[in-house]
Amino acid sequence: MSTIRIPPVLRENTGGSRTVDVTGATVAEALTDLFGKHPALRDRVTEDGELSRFINVYVNDRDVRYRDGLDTPIADGDTIILLPAMAGGSR
Amino acid sequence: MVTAEGLTIPREIASRMLEHARGELPNEACGLLGGDLGAGRAASFHPARNAEASPLRYNVHPDDLVRIIFGIEDAGEDLVAIFHSHSASPAVPSATDRRTAQYPEAFYVLATLADADASPETALRAWRISDGASTEVPLALE
Repeated sequence: MSTIRIPPVLRENTGGSRTVDVTGATVAEALTDLFGKHPALRDRVTEDGELSRFINVYVNDRDVRYRDGLDTPIADGDTIILLPAMAGGSR
Repeated sequence: MVTAEGLTIPREIASRMLEHARGELPNEACGLLGGDLGAGRAASFHPARNAEASPLRYNVHPDDLVRIIFGIEDAGEDLVAIFHSHSASPAVPSATDRRTAQYPEAFYVLATLADADASPETALRAWRISDGASTEVPLALE
């Protein structure tokens, strides 16, 4: 069992829950469990079935882009965070 | 959440925002403001690294973003505004800014550095960005 920590900006998609307990051996499996419990969150953070590239995913505060992405393994007690990126530019 | 129509930033914080932006030139700078979103009042400024390190783009460094977002909440504050600078263009959200904005409840504060001597009053403007559209809102410095 691991925990997904929900930031304030996404809580309207989890009925206000700050954390959701999930099962799964990888980030992808944990997200599948999460989205099954909170389908509104899936609609918010995925595009065409894929996690939006504008959503940062962390395991224990470490961005999974620097690990194995959605294949990053998770262990009991790990904390996963989904966080919409803040990005833009003058062009 | 019902939020204020305008944003108030303490003058000292506004000066630090502009100082941070000028210190990052020629690249765009970024950061977050914490405070009371319902009252539209900023109380803390959290400069962040621009992961793009670019004069034309910004992306709040993911490590800074997660630390600051939950730090603001742990301090009992709300995320009030997302700040970034435009090195040479006006403090108006670009098409990219509007397309990539994902925090419709927060204010977006932009600084233009086109005039190196501009005061915070003239360099900073506040916006809301939702569904790809931006609307300017009153910004008060006090």
